[in-house]
Amino acid sequence: MGESHSEQEPLTVEQVIANLQQREDLGLRYYAAWWLGKFRVNESAAIDALLAALEDEADRSPDGGYPLRRNAARALGKLDAPRAVPALIGCLDNSDYYVREAAAQSLEELGDTSCTPVLMKLLDGGVAAAQPVPGKPHLVQPYEAVLEALGTLQASEAVPQIQPFLDHPTEKVQYAAARAMYQLSENPVYGERLVQALQEDRLPLRRSALMDLGAIGYLPAAEAIAKTPAENSLKLISLKGLLEHHLESNLLSEKSIEIMNLMDSLL
Amino acid sequence: MTSDQTQQLIRAVEQADSPESLSQAVWALAAARQKAAIPTFIRVLGYNNPGAAVAAVEGLVKLGEAAVPSLLEQIDGYDYGARAWSIRALSQIGDPRALDILTGAAESDFALSVRRTAAKGLGSISWSQLPAEEVSAAQAKALETLLQVCQDSEWIVRYAAVVGLQALAATQLDYKKRVQVHFQQLDKSEPDLTVRARAQMAAVQLQQMPVLN
Repeated sequence: MGESHSEQEPLTVEQVIANLQQREDLGLRYYAAWWLGKFRVNESAAIDALLAALEDEADRSPDGGYPLRRNAARALGKLDAPRAVPALIGCLDNSDYYVREAAAQSLEELGDTSCTPVLMKLLDGGVAAAQPVPGKPHLVQPYEAVLEALGTLQASEAVPQIQPFLDHPTEKVQYAAARAMYQLSENPVYGERLVQALQEDRLPLRRSALMDLGAIGYLPAAEAIAKTPAENSLKLISLKGLLEHHLESNLLSEKSIEIMNLMDSLL
Repeated sequence: MTSDQTQQLIRAVEQADSPESLSQAVWALAAARQKAAIPTFIRVLGYNNPGAAVAAVEGLVKLGEAAVPSLLEQIDGYDYGARAWSIRALSQIGDPRALDILTGAAESDFALSVRRTAAKGLGSISWSQLPAEEVSAAQAKALETLLQVCQDSEWIVRYAAVVGLQALAATQLDYKKRVQVHFQQLDKSEPDLTVRARAQMAAVQLQQMPVLN
């Protein structure tokens, strides 16, 4: 999305909020919810309108999903909206997988730990229960989003539930578990698991590992990130994650210069 | 390498029947460093095969200024993707004949990856290839462009502009002071932590450069 310049009249925040609140044009509402998140409209009226959209019944997909709720849940994670936390926790048992996924991701972004017990419930049944849904391209729960959120939210009480997912048959679920375990333990074993994933044959898996390594800021991965066959844009974002993680507690050090030299070579 | 061997490598590119075998054939041709391969590399830029295009860019960059006339000649007729790859090649070659193309791309190309690569390229032009009387005006234009690109909406483009400015100031020491002041301003005004860190690094490295008189 970042590469496009719109030729249309610029929208105003008031207009977009009104678009979200009207009931006639579902497409307009769907777009308005996305827009408020994209442009991080941190206004009380925007948050109110998005919270109302989380209860929408009008916009339904053929298989019973709630497209507007998905977008509203995603948008709330991008706003400074701590008061959205209870409603997002409520979304975690929505019948729509994608609403649950968006809610877990937004709860991770909002950083409020009160959601961890409910997130952990989505791991109930462990790996055995974490099966594909027949006819759908996903598992019964949004495991990646849940595992990643538990890691970011420092839910160390969830370690016994997270650990078994390192052996889930789906690679991306394994990576999400490794990412969370690293964030909870800082044990390099889990960082190295993700470095290994940079060697996978399939590009989507390498991309996923790049994003995970950037998210955890695993410094020893820098060289491997620069070398893995993938788009330079993604490798740069991953290295940015390492660098900023490191800069949190260090001034301009040898290590950060090393990472920036790698980034320079990828421009 | 005989011209027969080169023709053989070119045929391998033309006859490749899968994306993987195409990439491999282009890498082999790139390693041969033969001018006769230039038209083939340029064709590959338009195949919409990123793996092969990376190899073709590498092949063109290795041939350096010999590849520049063909790249410039064909650039306007390119589709969008091929144009982006050829700007990438021109950025890395650093031939001043590409200055106008790189300036336009750094300022306003649609794709951030092209703005990024052009900004870096503007900092590492081989100025000595220009007639002596044209150098200072061309460098001044590159400086203004890069200072402006430091306002791009994308962090990675601003990062590349900092890299470009550092390289430019390191070759044209008259700009050192002005660029350093600019980096100090960025330290206060730049919203992105990574870009700020890169500007700090650039300022320190410029400061440490020996003064040559």
